[in-house]
Amino acid sequence: MEPRIGVFVCHCGTNIAGVVDVNRVVEAAARWPDVVHAVEYKFMCSDPGQGLVKDAIVKHDLSRVVVAACSPRMHEPTFRKACAMAGLNPYLFEMANIREHCSWVHEDKEAATLKAIDIVRAAVAKARLLEPLQTRFVPVTQKVLVVGGGVAGIQAALDIANAGTKVVMVERAQSIGGHMAQLDKTFPTLDCSACILTPKMVQVAQHPNIELMTYSEVESVDGFVGNFTVKIRRKARYVDEAVCTACGVCIEKCPKKVPSEFDEGMMPRKAIYRSFPQAVPGRPVIDKESCTYFKNGKCKICEIFCEPKAIRWDDQDQVVEEKVGAILVATGMGLIDPHGLSQWGYGRYPNVLTGLEFERLNNATGPTGGRIVLKDGSTPKSVAILHCIGSRDRNHKEYCSRVCCMYALKFAHLIKEKTHATVYNFYIDMRCFGKGYEEFYNRLLHEGVKFVRGKAAFVTDQAANDDEKGKLVVSAESTTLGEVLRVPVDMVILASAVAPQKDAEAVARQFGMGLSPDGFFMEKHPKLEPFSTATDGVFLAGACQSPKDIPDTVAHGAAAASTALSLISRGTVEVESATAEVLTDFCSGCKVCQDVCPYGAISFHEDTKLAEVNASVCKGCGTCVATCPSGAIVGRHFNDRQILAQIDAAFLWE
Amino acid sequence: MSNAFEPRIVVLCCNWCTYAGADLAGTSRMKYAPNVRLVRVMCSGRIDPAFVLRAFQDGADGVLIAGCHPGDCHYINGNLKTMRRYPALETMVQQFGIEPHRLRLEWISAAEGDRFVEVVNEMTEQVRALGPLAWKQRSAVADLSGSPHAG
Repeated sequence: MEPRIGVFVCHCGTNIAGVVDVNRVVEAAARWPDVVHAVEYKFMCSDPGQGLVKDAIVKHDLSRVVVAACSPRMHEPTFRKACAMAGLNPYLFEMANIREHCSWVHEDKEAATLKAIDIVRAAVAKARLLEPLQTRFVPVTQKVLVVGGGVAGIQAALDIANAGTKVVMVERAQSIGGHMAQLDKTFPTLDCSACILTPKMVQVAQHPNIELMTYSEVESVDGFVGNFTVKIRRKARYVDEAVCTACGVCIEKCPKKVPSEFDEGMMPRKAIYRSFPQAVPGRPVIDKESCTYFKNGKCKICEIFCEPKAIRWDDQDQVVEEKVGAILVATGMGLIDPHGLSQWGYGRYPNVLTGLEFERLNNATGPTGGRIVLKDGSTPKSVAILHCIGSRDRNHKEYCSRVCCMYALKFAHLIKEKTHATVYNFYIDMRCFGKGYEEFYNRLLHEGVKFVRGKAAFVTDQAANDDEKGKLVVSAESTTLGEVLRVPVDMVILASAVAPQKDAEAVARQFGMGLSPDGFFMEKHPKLEPFSTATDGVFLAGACQSPKDIPDTVAHGAAAASTALSLISRGTVEVESATAEVLTDFCSGCKVCQDVCPYGAISFHEDTKLAEVNASVCKGCGTCVATCPSGAIVGRHFNDRQILAQIDAAFLWE
Repeated sequence: MSNAFEPRIVVLCCNWCTYAGADLAGTSRMKYAPNVRLVRVMCSGRIDPAFVLRAFQDGADGVLIAGCHPGDCHYINGNLKTMRRYPALETMVQQFGIEPHRLRLEWISAAEGDRFVEVVNEMTEQVRALGPLAWKQRSAVADLSGSPHAG
């Protein structure tokens, strides 16, 4: 029976119709063989637009539908669903992309119209040869992997676990908590960061539905939405978690000191350590790289003092395998390497600090117990906070780091409160966009903090006059005064740019995500799906997607959790129907297909000497189809005949 | 319409990177030469050399094969198969008397709308400079229209 094809051409308002003459496209389509119905409509994706398709399928007994509109990546699912509702197999639908690939990229109306006709002709040519496929579903593993134990991951893990779904949380540091744990106060409310975070950290550790793996990293990810297999490397802790009571005597007695990562290297930690006093879990780990025993074979002081006998020198890394239905990536942000910022004095002058270093300086568990002092122990009389160091800067990061204006205000308040020093803010624009942020800025204006509208050009210790002697001099052009200022201060804090984590690229690859041009993980849609990724079942939470403050990070974490949960509670997931199939009559048993399949989906039967595709593992890439020398493998929905028909119809060749 | 030569270029590209990159060029309202027609497959690894020959045989003046960057393949490594297949295809096409610039392999990611535009414009001009291929007229080529089988 000859196919009965319906062609529907969308105006998309003026998006298509403003450039492409849709009536000519319809007229052309109506003349092609097997096209029994061709119409145009203003918005095909609207309810009435979809209704047109459904009605026509019934009224004109259509056996194929072609919609010429936007990208199939946008609305193919919409129209497939409409076809299915009218009783037509959804795989008998084909989309012609005359918007993204035509009207939006061409100005010459004649050329665009001719191209649109070509595009629709090729779609019709393929549609003619389409075959119905069965939609297949597989169960979703009722467990979610959360990668990263910062506040985004914590929020997401708790939301998922509270809904009754199992969670595995993997954190590479000794403790969860992330950057938020390093902070002293949070803007604009000035609540104590640890006071609001640590209860949540403890909840994670104690939650019956959460399995917490700290000091661990994801090693590999296999599988697909609903059915991932993840290998996790649990690094050797050399401390038996089941026996250790977290009393901390070993830490006290350990003679080996190394710079603490948690304290930005401003104070030492021991070789056996927990990241910070409120660490979760509280049981320490031995850092093999710095431990004296592992270096010289002598010491074992921790073991001598450990009453419950929890030290295990023969501990090994373990790789555990977890099966999960969804993956939530919350690996957080990094900071720009401040050593590239030497014009602002970092690395040259001891009293030039990054924002995070100041957080530790100001923190009660930090190197000075929370006293804001200079390197010589004296109290600063004046402090300059330099905004946008490395952010909004074509030489470093083009984007705004989104947190600096507000933490600069917080710092100014805390410095004034603790030291009564004069505080200068050198800024380009004040960006106080969140709830209560502008009010906080106004409060600071009244607290007598000095605001200089002008980005600091450099910091020097070269005094030009007596006032500048022994001081750090910040030079900036005040754009309100229209003059270059030199401001002598005792301490300089650099609001250095938020950056992607150093290994973001490798992590993106591991989870099948993309990177945005700024190096952060790419979301599926910048506005409507900022928590999903191009890989189904892999979600994003927090500052790994873009710089975020705490409220936004928490909201993002909760949003990602609910999206992951909707996948989990759906229970089943649709898998690829357009898989490969071996035509046994043609198979010569050469096994080349087996070698090229990236998923190991092809098995070879020794008895029959034939290859077979396991449809539940096949992802439909078609590499085996193109490779098979006998032409014995069909790629469903993209078979040779369909593709060749499309090529034949790509242009009017005569 | 003028009778000036307008190159006809068939683009065989993958769904996940290059097709999406072309979508991005569209959503960003970039402009490029209207001389290309895209044929979408799920992975560049699906691109059978027969597709390329068929396009030339049909009358294409150029064929662009495009996929994800090595290491970024949606299907782990399908593009590496394309990469390994390509030199043989290149040799074959040249043995048929087709100039090397008429066939091109490019990696264009979903984020590289600008790269898609650049490649399309560049290739259009290169092919325009070469003139029409008119493969059928140029040589008495054996009929290649039969694909290996009906699959």
